[in-house]
Amino acid sequence: MVQTGTDRVKRGMAEMQKGGVIMDVVNAEQAKIAEEAGAVAVMALERVPADIRAAGGVARMADPTIVEEVINAVSIPVMAKARIGHIVEARVLEALGADYIDESEVLTPADEVYHLNKRDFTVPFVCGARDLGEATRRIGEGASMLRTKGEPGTGNIVEAVRHMRLIQAQVKKVVGMSEDELMTEAKNLGAPYEILLQIKREGRLPVVNFAAGGVASPADAALMMELGADGVFVGSGIFKSDNPEKFARAIVEATTHYQDYDLIAKLSKGLGTAMKGVEISSLQPSERMQDRGW
Amino acid sequence: MVTVGILALQGAVREHACSLEASGAEVKLIKRVEELEDIDALVVPGGESTTMRRLIDKYEMFGPLQEFAKSGKPMFGTCAGLILMAKEIIGQEHGHLEVMDIKVHRNGFGRQRESFEIPLNVDGMEGDEDYIGVFIRAPYIESVGPDVKVLATFQDKIVAAQQGRFLCCAFHPELTDDHRMHGYFVKMAEEFKNELHNVSK
Repeated sequence: MVQTGTDRVKRGMAEMQKGGVIMDVVNAEQAKIAEEAGAVAVMALERVPADIRAAGGVARMADPTIVEEVINAVSIPVMAKARIGHIVEARVLEALGADYIDESEVLTPADEVYHLNKRDFTVPFVCGARDLGEATRRIGEGASMLRTKGEPGTGNIVEAVRHMRLIQAQVKKVVGMSEDELMTEAKNLGAPYEILLQIKREGRLPVVNFAAGGVASPADAALMMELGADGVFVGSGIFKSDNPEKFARAIVEATTHYQDYDLIAKLSKGLGTAMKGVEISSLQPSERMQDRGW
Repeated sequence: MVTVGILALQGAVREHACSLEASGAEVKLIKRVEELEDIDALVVPGGESTTMRRLIDKYEMFGPLQEFAKSGKPMFGTCAGLILMAKEIIGQEHGHLEVMDIKVHRNGFGRQRESFEIPLNVDGMEGDEDYIGVFIRAPYIESVGPDVKVLATFQDKIVAAQQGRFLCCAFHPELTDDHRMHGYFVKMAEEFKNELHNVSK
């Protein structure tokens, strides 16, 4: 019997993306540049996070025309963002044929209490997380892939580093605990016990965990790989730089060969100006996207 | 013991490593040309074929990979790996490594929402139990040349095949705990290594 939308099929899709770079694009032309540069997937959206920040107002799912245009332009998988808790946006993106949905804090949340029940869907989901509690809650809801939240649209890597290090440290702690300590740890983290047990038994997260939120240079991408990311999302970094083609290729290569520093030095030469970054402490609390989601 | 390399430019590398180790092989991850020298066989994993091809070109691995195949050493491609090994790809002017006489249809089973798993009968596998085929935006083989043996089909589409020492499948054996296909490939590698050894004696 043919079974679609199983955990293996949904999580497996993310496994195939490992070691790769997923790039934000807003039209077919950018999608082609990303594919040509070696992206493993593209994220179709109306505006990159930096522009969402600048525009203010309510950020929603992209116009279906953009999603369709991107799907028709490339042969690599196409992801798209739905608002946190917005069941219908997610269903629409699924109907359009998006290969992965990002239930994303970059958009304005539609529900301030509940995330989507992602198990209901055939299409797999990726969700952001700052710590292991958040990560395992999302897995509990059916997320098939994780990413750090970082602080999107800032070009500042510090938050992604914080989230990646914290999750790695918390996974190690769980793996090193004895089983009778796990329930209390679950309570402290706000984590589903069964998922902590699975992490302890397998020695790792049950799904792929990418870095996202602030990657603005090849060295940033390599840093996140060094810290244990399975791959990298680049949002505003590429198409806000001076030379997107060159920049995109450099980020792909730095991700593959993240420990080859001679190569990264070479790749980083003459890339032009990266996106202008934002110091995190200059953000108002209401401007912090990472605090969206629960 | 045989040493099996996994082309580790991008994709499901760790899963293949686990399955190969469980099948009694030593595993080496291959990111550069010179690393191809010390291995007895090579796995080309699932991932994104366009991305892998770009990185293969970038690191000048294209010629050496074709040489590797010509040397007779066994190769096993899964999903994107199958696409990279195919002689012909529908809708593209050229194949990539063109080592197997097969014609493939990329994403032939559709997009992610159409992706599925299904019990399959794979020819040559030990035991009677069906193999769980995990198909993710998978290709299928539309037709094969005279030297290619079809190992499995689903809905009349070819999903696994062998041509001498080249093995390929459209699904992902590395995503299950059933290591029979990897075992089959490791055995191919052992046989080839023994033959080489006997010739050199």
